[in-house]
Amino acid sequence: MDTIINLDNVSFSYTNIPVVRDITLAVSEGEFLGVIGPNAGGKSTLLKLILGLLQPDKGNIKVFGKSPEKGRSRIGYVPQYPAFSRDFPINVRDAVLMGRLGETRWYGGYTQEDKDISMNSLKAVEMDNICNQTIDSLSGGQLQRVLIARALASRPDILILDEPTANIDVRAEEDIFALLKQYNDHMTIIVVSHDIGFISGYVDRVACLNQTLLCHTTSEISGKTIEELYGAPVKMIQHAH
Amino acid sequence: MTELFSALMNYSFMQHAFIACILSSIGCGIIGTYVVVKRVGFLAGGIAHTVLAGMGIAYFMEGSPSVGAVVAALFAAVFMSFVKLRWKQQEDILVAAFWSVGMAVGILFISRTPGYSVDLMSFLFGNILLVSKADLLLMAALDIIIVSIVFLFYKQFMAAVFDEEFARLRGIKIEIYYTVLMCMVALTVVLLIQIVGLILVIALLIFPAACAAQFFHSIFKMMIAATVFCMLMTISGLSIAYQPDLPAGATIIVVAALFYVISIISSALIKQNKKKATVS
Repeated sequence: MDTIINLDNVSFSYTNIPVVRDITLAVSEGEFLGVIGPNAGGKSTLLKLILGLLQPDKGNIKVFGKSPEKGRSRIGYVPQYPAFSRDFPINVRDAVLMGRLGETRWYGGYTQEDKDISMNSLKAVEMDNICNQTIDSLSGGQLQRVLIARALASRPDILILDEPTANIDVRAEEDIFALLKQYNDHMTIIVVSHDIGFISGYVDRVACLNQTLLCHTTSEISGKTIEELYGAPVKMIQHAH
Repeated sequence: MTELFSALMNYSFMQHAFIACILSSIGCGIIGTYVVVKRVGFLAGGIAHTVLAGMGIAYFMEGSPSVGAVVAALFAAVFMSFVKLRWKQQEDILVAAFWSVGMAVGILFISRTPGYSVDLMSFLFGNILLVSKADLLLMAALDIIIVSIVFLFYKQFMAAVFDEEFARLRGIKIEIYYTVLMCMVALTVVLLIQIVGLILVIALLIFPAACAAQFFHSIFKMMIAATVFCMLMTISGLSIAYQPDLPAGATIIVVAALFYVISIISSALIKQNKKKATVS
């Protein structure tokens, strides 16, 4: 399978304390990769490097063989926290339409095609019935789905999600992962989570990140690797593959 | 009331004043909406006060103060967007510095210009009754520029004010759109200075859109409503000021503030009623 994201010996620091160090990682087309690690382990930073929102101090990143700034238009990104304020006067439909930016015409409003595609993404996350609601009326789980719909509206080849289930309950969490698994049929998915027991049931491969990176297939994860990663024993839940 | 009406029929200065209210309301409603939802009222204030520097320098050099105002406002807008995008940590300090230094420079130049004292008050507090035909043409031109830019790039501005990070990921050049947006704020400030002066301009940029935000939850509807609100505020302020010969700019601002208070109370009442209706 083709490598579509390639990190070669990447290091980054905000100040003089390294956040990620010597990361080498190749993501293949069609993969479902989970990135786990403790808080402040550099998970979100790694995503921002891949998206070109941050520039590495050292090393090289390629997305579809191009620089992240050029390649990122084919990535759909679902942030951990929405970067907008919840009382912004906008409804769900218009928020999701923004996923069409960069794909649609440069002038005027959105086209009918944009509207159809956005509505289909809303249907995929089962949020089409609330498309006229304003975003301040949504619950955490609903907002998360809307953010996923916005990312899907650009028809990406890669979907990157940062802690998609941090603010929602277990039931909604299962729904979202089931949905992602379904999308994995035709999309590469990278999901960041601190919830190791949960995601390993869905992903093909786990990247354990605590400044540096250790990669495993899910069956290899043992109590010892987790202990190394978090620096303390973590309760393990058995999961079948 | 009849006197106001006959003044409106007979005096061209009154007709000009009314047309000025309507023309400035268009820019004010559209751009005020962006200022309110993006919460950049303070930046707009900085731009407004920097305009005095431009007017002062233009006066000193015997140029047109309107041109000086436009140049200074655009210069300030580019600086402000740079602050917002690059030096975010120091935003309040830099804006406050620009704000006061702009005024200081303006006053220095004006003090060195012979016969300055008449005009200073009208810069600061506006003089809507002195609006000339040329001013009206400038206002119309600024309106056309603002409306066409917003119409062409509505999607991009919307994304830039809603979610900068996401817009950037979708390939929107945030730096460019943000700077253009601030430049349009600057042009609107110039539009409104004629009406209420540069000290009061902020109120007129914010009140109409803030009223609209109480009742409408989409940017487009807010723009339309804010334009209508701004027309109502300026025209009723001007009408109230006419008979007792009150300063028009100040009257307009007080009327605008009253509109805002009424809009808050009525939107709260509407919400309460809706709740009651769903409970019973």
